[in-house]
Amino acid sequence: METFGDPAIWLPWAFAALMGLSILIYVVLDGFDLGVGLLVPLADDTQKDRLVASIGPFWDANETWLVLAVGLLLVAFPTAHGEILTSLYLPVFVMLIGLILRGVSFEMRAKAPLTQKKLWNGAFFAGSLMASLSQGFMLGMYVMGLTWTLPHVAFALLTAVFLTVGYSFIGAAWLIWKTEGALQTRAISWAKGGIWGLVMGIAAISLATPFVSTRIFDKWFSWPEALYLSPLPIISGALVVFLWWQLSRMPLKNDGWSWTPFAAATGLFTLAYGGMAYSFYPYVVPEKITIYEAASAPESLFIILLGTLFVLPAILSYTVLSYYIFRGKAAELKYD
Amino acid sequence: MDTLLLSRIQFGANISFHILFPTITIALGWMLLFFKLRFARTGERKWMDAYMFWVKVFALSFAMGVVSGITMSFQFGTNWPGFMEKVGNVAGPLLAYEIMTAFFLEAVFLGIMLFGASRVKSWVHTLATFLVAFGTTMSTFWIIVLNSWMHTPQGYEMIDGVVHASNWFEIIFNPSMPYRFVHMMLASGLTVAFLIAGISALRMLWGDRGEDVKAVLRVGIITGAALIPLQILAGDLHGLNTLENQPAKVAAMEGNWETQGNVPLVLFALPDEDARENRFEVAIPNVASLILTHSLDGEVPGLNDFVGPDGEIMHPPVAPVFWGFRIMVGTGMAMLALSWGGLLLLRKYGASDMPRLPLYVFSAMSFSGWIATLAGWYTTEIGRQPWLVQGVLSTKEAVSDVPVGMVLSTLIGYLIVYGLLILAYIGVITYLARRATRGEVYSNRTYPRRGEAPVASLQPGE
Ligand code: HDD
Ligand code: HEM
Ligand code: HEM
Repeated sequence: METFGDPAIWLPWAFAALMGLSILIYVVLDGFDLGVGLLVPLADDTQKDRLVASIGPFWDANETWLVLAVGLLLVAFPTAHGEILTSLYLPVFVMLIGLILRGVSFEMRAKAPLTQKKLWNGAFFAGSLMASLSQGFMLGMYVMGLTWTLPHVAFALLTAVFLTVGYSFIGAAWLIWKTEGALQTRAISWAKGGIWGLVMGIAAISLATPFVSTRIFDKWFSWPEALYLSPLPIISGALVVFLWWQLSRMPLKNDGWSWTPFAAATGLFTLAYGGMAYSFYPYVVPEKITIYEAASAPESLFIILLGTLFVLPAILSYTVLSYYIFRGKAAELKYD
Repeated sequence: MDTLLLSRIQFGANISFHILFPTITIALGWMLLFFKLRFARTGERKWMDAYMFWVKVFALSFAMGVVSGITMSFQFGTNWPGFMEKVGNVAGPLLAYEIMTAFFLEAVFLGIMLFGASRVKSWVHTLATFLVAFGTTMSTFWIIVLNSWMHTPQGYEMIDGVVHASNWFEIIFNPSMPYRFVHMMLASGLTVAFLIAGISALRMLWGDRGEDVKAVLRVGIITGAALIPLQILAGDLHGLNTLENQPAKVAAMEGNWETQGNVPLVLFALPDEDARENRFEVAIPNVASLILTHSLDGEVPGLNDFVGPDGEIMHPPVAPVFWGFRIMVGTGMAMLALSWGGLLLLRKYGASDMPRLPLYVFSAMSFSGWIATLAGWYTTEIGRQPWLVQGVLSTKEAVSDVPVGMVLSTLIGYLIVYGLLILAYIGVITYLARRATRGEVYSNRTYPRRGEAPVASLQPGE
């Protein structure tokens, strides 16, 4: 434990990094699932089945990253965990009900009597919407320091909308990759219609964060940090331009490039997230509790870390295996 | 009502909803593996039919289990922040290991198990099925370790009022863990045995004479008959273990107020905590002493020992524990009678000519495992009150200070959603059974419902 220096320093850091990583993976992976759910009402009946099929084998594992993220928060930063989740009590509730509806309708719409299918399609959409909106809302509240004042709530409502549109964008980008023909063409137009959500969301948070806290302001706008950080906005801008250009010339003759919008969207999410992580470090509850103050006992963290080092590579490799098995365009979902 | 009580009800409601589905998936996963291996071995189509029908129930139950499980992991933070703050050093690693060794395993391989059959080799698919079943069992193991530790904590030390782990071996193999784990696994096995037997009986009542239905009915009855004696034995041993570690709980389970010998087994009573006595008691003399101490005049702890000098009550609420226990044991006895009766009928008539009356009883008992499981958990959990972690952390200390209105409104929200979903779940299972009975395709391989010719694409064991 001592090899890397003081375990009370590096262990919390390692866990913050792990937690951050699993939130990021969650946001990208369940982001596209939820986004596909948001797009369901826009598709016609046979296309709806195909939309659902495109995420069928993945959504459960994708959602497990949320369990891991909240699990790490819970186990590594117990005090922060209580503080964050009690102040987000209601949005958490909305998100959970949303995730419940989404996951259940996924199964129900295929198994319940046909007359109920419309109902479950509706629940699938409603669940995805509730989960996306509440996650965006929580993001906004977190940025604003988890205090419930009118302007903060207003800001959070705004980020709720932006994140929801952003999810529908990455969902559409996923569909461009995983579908073909008429559905792919529609997905392209959905993506064109949704990209603003992502851009505005990133802009809103990037602009708001430094003004909420002078500490964060100084972290970004002092010399030479500003120089080192400048690639972040520059690459993000380049990715947006690329997306715009790529989407406007799609569908391409060579479908081999259909993965690029999804990859670019993932890149954007990652950069924006990296920027946020940089702003908030070392705080886990903004401006109140640092990761070092909130961390569990080093002995317990060490036990978890040991396991993680063995298990995480295994998880990653069988996740990759599953995406490999279900590669290519989405096919009809069947059990045999 | 205050935040504490409402939070308890909310947690109880959430975990009760959650446990319903793992109880099914834990054993159903193994059951599906069994069907699949039977098919590989014998090449008889009925096993594939059985697999194809029950895999749908499995997929649905699994989804319900996952989404309600996600609610559970947030409940700690939203309602019980004191739990993790005080015992997080023990609970944390256990939960983390559950997530990492079990949840990802089952979630990833579930996709391959459900939708991958045509994309991977048959053995890979069988392996995926195995890994999913193994994953659910691992989940059970870790969460039961944690829950057992909350009942019989050891292997820790207190530093500045916070629990620190000192011996992980002692934490994992805490005194009640083996009993609780075995009892829970058997409970899951029984739940599934009666579920598959009950739904098959229902299909036979509707006129389905498919080979798969009869085979599954037989498997269900035999599994039930084999497991229930084991469960009764495990339950008895579990009770003895509880007597040693949590005497107040046993006193409440038995409805016994004074510590004494020659304690009767109370069959029926209305425990009255104010008068500190049982009303309308019906009891068999000396049997409680016999069961708990294996001697007729053995001493059994009484509730009055757990009242402080200032009148502070340090034992759990009596009536729910008392009744929870009786409902569980009663259901167990009904399962014993039914499965062994069913066994005799199987020998006499065979599955094809099973008389209608037992078929009705079996279908009525389809979800009996749920009732026993919930009743058992209520006995255990309420029996631990006022502690959250026995002797270490009281429930009161752990609760969050969110406003009452918020807990109440979300509780109502959960209850409505859960109520509707349980209805939908049972409705869909019976609908699937009805469709299968009508002989509609319930798999995209359209083989005739009662036709004998095996379909070319179904190669056993390939
Ligand atoms: C199908 C389900 C089922 C059936 C038929 C039974 N049980 Fe059970 N019982 C459970 C399902 C269960 C459970 C839900 O799985 C519990 C709750 C916690 C646990 O580990 O197991 C439980 C707990 C539990 C406890 C522990 C309470 C504590 O924590 O101290 C005892 C003493 C028994 N059972 C005893 C019995 C006996 C004597 C049975 C005889 C018929 C019986 N159970 C049948
Ligand atoms: C899965 C089956 C379980 C069921 C049905 C169940 C049921 C309950 C119920 C009904 C209560 C409320 C007790 C009361 O109001 O007096 C409760 C409390 C609680 N149980 Fe469980 N429980 C289960 C498993 C677990 C597990 C596995 C854990 C821990 C990991 C756990 C931790 C708790 C906590 C934190 C409380 C809240 C405090 C309390 O009211 O006791 N339970 N449980
Ligand atoms: C407070 C207690 C509990 C928490 C926090 C919890 C949490 C969870 C979570 C987050 C999942 C979803 C995993 C995924 O994404 O794949 C899950 C599923 C599961 N849980 Fe729980 N759980 C609790 C109690 C229990 C109990 C008491 C059991 C069984 C004895 C159990 C057995 C399972 C199983 C087998 C699954 C796999 C999914 C399924 O079979 O439906 N859990 N749980």
